[in-house]
Amino acid sequence: MFGNLTLSALPHEPITVGAGIFMAIAGSSIIGLLFYFKRWRWLWAEWLTSVDHKKIGVMYIILAFVMLLRGFSDAVMMRLQQILSVGDSVGYLPPEHYDQIFTAHGVIMIFFVAMPLMFGLINLAVPLQIGARDVAFPFLNSMSLWLTVFGAMLVNLSLVVGEFAATGWLAYPPLSGIVYSPGVGVDYYIWALQIAGVGSLISGINFFVTILMMRCKGMTLMRMPVFVWTVLASMTLVIISFPILTATLGMLSLDRLLGMHFFTSDFGGNAMMYVNLIWAWGHPEVYILVLPAFGIFSEVVSVFSRKKLFGYTSMIYATVAITFLSFVVWVHHFFTMGAGANVNAFFGIMTMIIAIPTGVKVFNWLFTMFRGRIVFASPMLWMIGFIFTFTIGGMTGVLLSVPAADFQLHNSLFLVAHFHNTIIGGVVFGYFAGITYWFSKIFGFKLNERLGKAAFWHWIVGFFVAFVPLYILGLMGMTRRISHIDESTGWQTLLIVAGIGVVIIGIGVLLQILQMIVSIRDRKHNMDTTGDPWDGRTLEWSTSSPPPFYNFAIIPTVHGRHPFWDTKYGESEQVAPHYEDIEMPSNTPMGLYIAFASVVFGFAIVWHIVWLVVLAFAAILALLIARSLDYNTEYVVKAETIAKIEAKRK
Amino acid sequence: MKKIMRVILVVAVVGVVFLMLSYTSSHNMGVFNPKGTIAHAEMNLIVTTTLLMLIVVIPVFVMLAIFSWRYRAGNTKAKYSPDWHKSIALEVIWWIIPIIIIAIIARMTWISSHDLDPYKPIASSVVPITIEVVALEWKWLFIYPDQNIATLNFVQLPIDTPINFRITGDAPMNSFWIPQLAGQIYAMEKGDYAGVSANYSGFGFSGMKFTARASSQDEFEQWVRTVRMSPSTLSIDEYTKLAEKSRNNDVSYYSSVHKGLYDKIIMKFMVPANVIMTKMNM
Repeated sequence: MFGNLTLSALPHEPITVGAGIFMAIAGSSIIGLLFYFKRWRWLWAEWLTSVDHKKIGVMYIILAFVMLLRGFSDAVMMRLQQILSVGDSVGYLPPEHYDQIFTAHGVIMIFFVAMPLMFGLINLAVPLQIGARDVAFPFLNSMSLWLTVFGAMLVNLSLVVGEFAATGWLAYPPLSGIVYSPGVGVDYYIWALQIAGVGSLISGINFFVTILMMRCKGMTLMRMPVFVWTVLASMTLVIISFPILTATLGMLSLDRLLGMHFFTSDFGGNAMMYVNLIWAWGHPEVYILVLPAFGIFSEVVSVFSRKKLFGYTSMIYATVAITFLSFVVWVHHFFTMGAGANVNAFFGIMTMIIAIPTGVKVFNWLFTMFRGRIVFASPMLWMIGFIFTFTIGGMTGVLLSVPAADFQLHNSLFLVAHFHNTIIGGVVFGYFAGITYWFSKIFGFKLNERLGKAAFWHWIVGFFVAFVPLYILGLMGMTRRISHIDESTGWQTLLIVAGIGVVIIGIGVLLQILQMIVSIRDRKHNMDTTGDPWDGRTLEWSTSSPPPFYNFAIIPTVHGRHPFWDTKYGESEQVAPHYEDIEMPSNTPMGLYIAFASVVFGFAIVWHIVWLVVLAFAAILALLIARSLDYNTEYVVKAETIAKIEAKRK
Repeated sequence: MKKIMRVILVVAVVGVVFLMLSYTSSHNMGVFNPKGTIAHAEMNLIVTTTLLMLIVVIPVFVMLAIFSWRYRAGNTKAKYSPDWHKSIALEVIWWIIPIIIIAIIARMTWISSHDLDPYKPIASSVVPITIEVVALEWKWLFIYPDQNIATLNFVQLPIDTPINFRITGDAPMNSFWIPQLAGQIYAMEKGDYAGVSANYSGFGFSGMKFTARASSQDEFEQWVRTVRMSPSTLSIDEYTKLAEKSRNNDVSYYSSVHKGLYDKIIMKFMVPANVIMTKMNM
């Protein structure tokens, strides 16, 4: 009846039982509160079924922060284990548990923290920046969100029912094959990523089309804000690379489920094929995440230096160059595969060439600050912290791209320090800057600056205390993913220092939570009444905070790169507004239903519950057909209604 | 108050640098303490590349500090040009300089990738020793085909002799790493060096370690005689037992090895190819 699912799948270890109980309590208290305050209908009508890009953006970011707490807890547990497990002591986590934790940490941080943060910010800002009322496919936008949410739920479910993969975040075969990983962990991994991955791909197509087709009048490509450009580049990468991920995981799944031999060592399979394919997705993925962060910094540096962005055209060419190059470097993740000197040298050189356009960007940012009037608001602090941190990460990256040097550093903690250096210093700092920058636009009040700055300082100091020791440990020969070290190595001191760094970052995270609470409490004092709290330049600041659900009562017409700045400070004629009827997409729960059916499908396949697989698959098909036959997907907002709303906002 | 904070900051930075220096000088720095020519060349490469990059990175840091301070909003004396956003000359400079530096590093990369290619034999008049390395769950088996002996989690090497490691696995993917000696070994100093797997391979991964001992030729031959006295031999049955999962294995010696064991281990994964070849031979 329930396939391989039996009661023994429930947790036995105290730590997992504790985590399960915590999740149950947190979940049921949220449900309880919703009943208590009778907010179910509101939640359903205003949020869960919403196709408004601003609300979808907020829900993405909430998901990211919830998962960040889990990913961060994983990091704390790993650091603690490595500090304790020296010599005769084996620490508090057996390898069977520890190995699941480092796998979950990587998977969660990339797929369920960084990706949702990115799509959240894109949702919040892109339609407003290009003067659009919504995205090209609002229903698909909602479906993408829910596919990502339910993918994350599947990872969390594995904590309580069964186990998660213990293979490392990219699940290389043969280890991830059925012979060496017979449990359900790898299956949970595959299906969580498949479901979330389809969501990401659809989002990629959605924003690609939105940017190309839905810009307001006058916004030519070379007038788009740099953030929109970087998102366009990033979405191009999503569209090309995510199908590779889906196909690769599909083949791994066929190997495991049906005994095929794509990646096994016997019967003609080749594990190295998997490694090639997964990195043909995995390397562009890094740039998918970091390019929008570059875009955010380009907005931030110009606004807070009170100056036009230096070298706009160079910036765009550099972005396009990085987009192209990111597809011809994947082999640098496994120079030790034995591809031979010519192949290795080619991919090494291609990799270091990326440093050129990236360097150009850094100089352009610096010269935007040059002869500016720099205001050190917290987004600008993240920006300066980013240039400092990311440059160091870029330097160690060039080192790793030299194959002969990589033979000594590959898979050591040096590598771990390097990619955290670029991902925390680049992606995380960038997204935090973006959240602070656009927060008031969405909620109508600003975040507390004092706590925001304090959080920044804890993050950056904590980062260096946590990761400089890992660089040194890597040079000393410590490999990644080990759960026990010998006393003779003398590594424990540095591991303790790294642990202190994690504590400092942890305080930074707590300060951010506190910042959120305090800002909501004091929202009356932090109101953003003008809609333009930072003296911005681009279109999103021309509408109120929060914007009406249709964003712009009248679609703006653009004459330059700084449309809002020009209207604010230039001479523009005031015309009496003439409102027209607006077509807006109707809310629909279909995205939520389809995503739910997908996660049931994934769960059923993980546990080999055949009847449920068939049922869930049929449900997905039926829902898709039903949605396609629904022609009432839009409604009209009358001009009079808009006039009324606009009069109230003034 | 601000002054005190600044003093504390400076003291803290100096203290941290001092502590790091004293730590790194009193501990074995692995990659930066090379004991073989290849590891030595690899270290030099790392250092040269870093210095080249600092040509760009140091000015970036200096400019970042100066610009942040000088052009802060409070400093109304500094020049302010809100519309200045383009300078072909400046942009040409910062496209060209990184291009030149990367071109130099790229040249070094091309040359070093070929010189330090692990498949390339090291030039030497001494006859190389072949050692066959088998990664098992979770231990390292070393077979010396010429000496017809085998060892577990311990490998002894004569100094001033090139070593040909042939590496395979009868387990999930692993990666063979002796940080102080690099992929190939020649002219290393005497001593014991730690060896590990660099690629995560499952639950026993942390205990998958071995010692590589570099000794004189005489000591090496003496050691080979000791191994030959061991009561255990590595037959196919013994190997099958050994290949089963086990963690934190001790060192063990085998006085003889089933002939062609290494090739058999590789062929184990080529079953269909085998079948075809047998058919063709008929």
